[in-house]
Amino acid sequence: MKFGIVVFPGSNCDHDAYFALKHNLGFETQFLWHKDTNIPSDIKCIVLPGGFSYGDYLRTGAIARFSPIMKEVVRFANNGGLVIGICNGFQILTESGLLPGALLKNTSLRFICRDVFLKTLNTNTPFTSLIEKDRILKIPIAHFEGNYFADDDTLKELEDNGQIVFQYSTPDGEVTQEANPNGSLKNIAGITNKDKNVLGMMPHPERYCDPILGGIDGSLIFKSIANFLK
Amino acid sequence: MASYIATVKVMLKKGILDVQGKTVENSLKTLGFNQISQMRIGKHITFSIEAGNPNEAKKIAHDATEKLLYNPNIETYEINVAELT
Repeated sequence: MKFGIVVFPGSNCDHDAYFALKHNLGFETQFLWHKDTNIPSDIKCIVLPGGFSYGDYLRTGAIARFSPIMKEVVRFANNGGLVIGICNGFQILTESGLLPGALLKNTSLRFICRDVFLKTLNTNTPFTSLIEKDRILKIPIAHFEGNYFADDDTLKELEDNGQIVFQYSTPDGEVTQEANPNGSLKNIAGITNKDKNVLGMMPHPERYCDPILGGIDGSLIFKSIANFLK
Repeated sequence: MASYIATVKVMLKKGILDVQGKTVENSLKTLGFNQISQMRIGKHITFSIEAGNPNEAKKIAHDATEKLLYNPNIETYEINVAELT
């Protein structure tokens, strides 16, 4: 079992993800170059990291989605492989069609970098199985375009299928407007695809895998993945 | 073959809050432009195309827009193609 972290031009959380997975959590991990056209067979989970791939030109994630490796990532996901997109990685997943909807500019028109609290709505996914039902996660966000948008039909589908995995909440787990940092519809912080093998989330779990950095709640997501793949 | 100039206008769909437009509009209001409302901000993209005829040029511009320049989840577009004289 090995994690593969895709490096796009402009990725800047790739090394954070590597450090968290390899050194904090002790999982086998390797980088994958955006020009690669082959994903090694021992890679069981692909991480699309945060950053500003291709300078966020045109739309966030719009150009990265046509990187050579993305064809393989889509194939990997369609064959049931686990893919987690964090921040810019989430934006790339929506652009590539692996996840529905889009990420708009924050309603405050500000880049927001701070801790948020997350309620886990679905603990029955490969990414959340080790998160206790009522445990509220504290994980940081750092983005300008994290305002999740989808049309009404798509939102309903997400809700009906249990695809809304994380919602911004208060520390007590109340999903309120005040707890919503960026204007996301239904306080959405993270969603999966229908098959639950692709997760996109704006918060950065890789930043909270080491107590010295302020928290370890992020590690629950990666440990859930490893547990699922065991 | 002839040269054409394509102009693509990409706007956020109606009904999606355009926070950028709203903020610029509010700023203009503080400058005294109280008559202004409903501001929307989009993208204006231009490029040249080599094609055999106007229809071919339009098709290329259309395909390029559909493939990359706009996101159907959140945006709409208008294309104008003119022969370069």
